[in-house]
Amino acid sequence: MVSILKRGLAIIILLVIGYWLAQGLSGVPFGQDKMLVGQYYLNHVKQQTGAVNAVTAVVVNYRGFDTLGEVTVLFIASTGVGALLWGKNRKRTARTEGSVVLTTGTRLLVPFVILFGAYIFIHGHLTPGGGFPGGATIATAFLLLYMAFTMYEIPYKAFEKTEGIVGMGYVVVGLIGLAIGGYFLFDWIWQTWGWGHNNIGRLFSGGFIPVIYTIIGIKVGTELSGIIDNMLKEEVKE
Amino acid sequence: MNCIACISYILVGVMILSAILAVEWRDLLAATVGMAAVSLFASILFFMLQAPDVAMTEAAIGAALSGAVFIFAIKRTQRFESEEEERPGWWVRW
Repeated sequence: MVSILKRGLAIIILLVIGYWLAQGLSGVPFGQDKMLVGQYYLNHVKQQTGAVNAVTAVVVNYRGFDTLGEVTVLFIASTGVGALLWGKNRKRTARTEGSVVLTTGTRLLVPFVILFGAYIFIHGHLTPGGGFPGGATIATAFLLLYMAFTMYEIPYKAFEKTEGIVGMGYVVVGLIGLAIGGYFLFDWIWQTWGWGHNNIGRLFSGGFIPVIYTIIGIKVGTELSGIIDNMLKEEVKE
Repeated sequence: MNCIACISYILVGVMILSAILAVEWRDLLAATVGMAAVSLFASILFFMLQAPDVAMTEAAIGAALSGAVFIFAIKRTQRFESEEEERPGWWVRW
């Protein structure tokens, strides 16, 4: 009896909330451009940032500080995984070797997967993609290595140091912008030095977008590989 | 007949089906595969909606890495959902 009442009440509340949301959203014409700021970005992206890909220009250049926050969130997540799974004598405990198809395929594919990930983040200002997808692609290459070989380990000390240095590099790029142009993450390569102004649409353009996306790509790749490493290792008692 | 639209309808249907299966299956390994399938079809849909940035991220993170993380977690805990329901807290029971 109580449960029927409860369900009825829940359904009525859901219907009221749903009607209210639909009422609110029905006034918004679907697919129409109501945002002035989006049109502004599309009109000015080439002169102001030098990037052909407007999405990465918004993510790295106009909204660079938010991206710094995003990278920080990822860093905190990877630190949290490391802290939760902390142990003294952690080793890999997998016993079954990967099959012939898996090991041979991994040997063949890993360099190309890493190359493709690097391509994605280096060409972030020209083609779709950027630091986050590129870094995740590189991490999947390390995941393949972990799955194929039972004894494989990433050089995690070197990875941690690279991650830290590269993370500081992002802030240093922002601080150089603060010193030159007056605000944090000012695009000094494009606006002050004016590099690549007659090179739009090629690799050496786009101001600091390729620099920052390379930084983000390396950072995301090492961080996600570190998460995989942390989750696969187990504590071994002698 | 515009067949790009039919393909996207089929993709949405398969996505909903695999999402329901991922919730309903008691075998958590199979449920993880269902979840990865949702991400994979979502990434194809994003590509068809001309958002290749999002499609790449969704394929790399949703289909590959999060599936792997779920499988590692299953390896450390248990593969099947337990049959007996846990007694929910007062906020559900009233």
